[in-house]
Amino acid sequence: MTAALVPLVVLLPLLGAASALILGRHRRAQMVVSTTVLAGVVVIAAMLLIAVDAGAPTVVAVGGWEAPFGIVLVVDRLSAMMLLISAIVLLVVLLYAVRQGVADRHRETPVSIFHPSYLILSAGVFDAFIAGDLFNLYVGFEILLSASYVLLTLGGTGERIRAGVTYIIVSLVSSLFFLSAIALVYGATGTVNMAQLSVRIAELPANVQLILHLLLLIAFGIKAAIFPLSFWLPDSYPTAPAPVTAVFAGLLTKVGVYAIIRTETLIFAENDLTVLLLVVGGLTMLIGILGALTQADIKRLLSFTLVSHIGYMIFGIGVGSQLGYAATIYYVVHHITVQTTLFLTTGLIERFGGATSINRLAGLLKASPLLAILFFIPALNLGGIPPFSGFLGKVGLFLAGADDADAADAAGMAWLVWAVIAAGAITSLITLYALTRFWNMAFWRGRRELEGYESVLLGSVQEAPEGATVTATRTTPVMMVAATTALVVVTLLLTAFAGPIFDFADRAAAGLIDPATYVSLVFPGGIR
Amino acid sequence: MTASLTLVVLMAVLFGAGISIMLERSLTRVLIGFLLVGNAVNILIYLMSGTPGLAPILNEGVDPAEISDPLPQAFVLTAIVINLGITAFMLALIYRSWWLAQLGAKGDLIDDEEEDAQDAEEAAVLIRSSADDDRAIQEIIDASDEEPDEDLESEASARDAGERDLDDEEVRR
Repeated sequence: MTAALVPLVVLLPLLGAASALILGRHRRAQMVVSTTVLAGVVVIAAMLLIAVDAGAPTVVAVGGWEAPFGIVLVVDRLSAMMLLISAIVLLVVLLYAVRQGVADRHRETPVSIFHPSYLILSAGVFDAFIAGDLFNLYVGFEILLSASYVLLTLGGTGERIRAGVTYIIVSLVSSLFFLSAIALVYGATGTVNMAQLSVRIAELPANVQLILHLLLLIAFGIKAAIFPLSFWLPDSYPTAPAPVTAVFAGLLTKVGVYAIIRTETLIFAENDLTVLLLVVGGLTMLIGILGALTQADIKRLLSFTLVSHIGYMIFGIGVGSQLGYAATIYYVVHHITVQTTLFLTTGLIERFGGATSINRLAGLLKASPLLAILFFIPALNLGGIPPFSGFLGKVGLFLAGADDADAADAAGMAWLVWAVIAAGAITSLITLYALTRFWNMAFWRGRRELEGYESVLLGSVQEAPEGATVTATRTTPVMMVAATTALVVVTLLLTAFAGPIFDFADRAAAGLIDPATYVSLVFPGGIR
Repeated sequence: MTASLTLVVLMAVLFGAGISIMLERSLTRVLIGFLLVGNAVNILIYLMSGTPGLAPILNEGVDPAEISDPLPQAFVLTAIVINLGITAFMLALIYRSWWLAQLGAKGDLIDDEEEDAQDAEEAAVLIRSSADDDRAIQEIIDASDEEPDEDLESEASARDAGERDLDDEEVRR
């Protein structure tokens, strides 16, 4: 029964996209279709989550072709968790977008294209999470990427085309890497089924394993925006409309992180690149956050914190213990919601204050106390202030790291783990500094102080290359505020229910640590 | 597993050519480079199917060992379809970017009011220029009148008649 629900998470959005395209001229009908579809996926994802935790079978062989030959869709605990949180975020952002300029008769944003592309993006994200073989994962990536190309260049203004070109070409290169990796994996093992790969890859010579492993990591690393491969992100994300940026920031990089988790735990469980992942994770944190320090534009600042906080997840994957993965999963869930919330709030700030630059905003606290709260809570959360989920996630990661350091003492790697933990703590502090600086200037500073304001805090910040001002609309639609508030509440729920969620993440991590769990899901009778 | 050397060489050439073209600044060349590399990857996938054999249809009396591996062919087909879609999108993007470049920094985002004003101005310029033409023609005619050349004078009067027709046409337009 529950297994029949699995394909629906991809099918529903695709059907919804088709009907939204047909209903192109009826805005209201489109809205109803896309909201219903995503709400339906939220319900299905919740049911799958409950079912998978109870041990019900949630594997579907599409078209009735059994596992090694056909395409399998697999939902394990990790997939179910990712499905649920991404469906919730997609639904809330859709409600926000519907009310915002995306749905207005703005020339920059033709709405008839928005809904179908948004639903196709969702289908791609969901497909990537339930893909049971590498090629289906590739197809999922391509679906979400093609939709994201359209969303990023929505309206086709000069600025967006420029940003879009960087993004598209980088994504194309990463897709080519991924496809070549699939070809070589198939050549080496004769299968692309991930469960089967986990057995067959281990039988290959170590050097062949290393090449395949690195190829896949580069492909996913570009998508997840890990340090040497992250340069494209802050240049392309901020130009899109606020809800689009919010979804991209929240979800697209996390799909890359999810793929890396699968690569490390399932496919290349034997062949570990711990040192590489730890080093890269630490560098991603530090270099990302140093970039954030110099940004005057809040959208660019947040894009840099996004890159930086991917480093935490890579660190957790690098540690590779059960606690490490549990903390990583919790951190991914936390980061999806909090980063999306911050971008949505930024959209409200832009609408309300007429700018996104720290040098042009002031007096927002008096003007709109609610907006101030909606920014303040996720900002503290991202910075890792207790008792919020950001703090809990980071503590989990650091504890896992400390345990691992004790274990790794023999290999002489303890100092590396400790160094990355230190980098993580510093990154957390700098994040807090960057965000509170914005808070001080935009919210606390009085409106009259704006003229000729000088401060050492603003000494090093740089304006965005295209620091455009928009007309400030002093009204904030109830729907947009409600959607943002809903996400803030979700982040608070992640804090309040941290115990059960962490327990669930721990069970998911237990399944990841031992690839045999996943293999027995796909091949109940064992691999022939 | 045996593979065709020709295909391997072709793949290498496509990869090399594609990557070097992709490094150019022009978007169109980047797209062509992407197409070449994409095809190189497709050939790579195809190469991974191993020794070519019979068509992969399992009839009676066909030894499964003799047919070629159908899975990479399915991969290649999927990849080709995806590439086609992306290429179409890239072409639209390149056209759009060229179009924006033609219009300058302002792009084609002209407000309606501004557009109306511009239209009115253009119309005024057109009317003024046709008036200028009339005057210029008149001057030329006057100048030619002053010259005591018989041939030119008759020619000018003939041209005068023709010009008047033209003027009428221009006004009508």
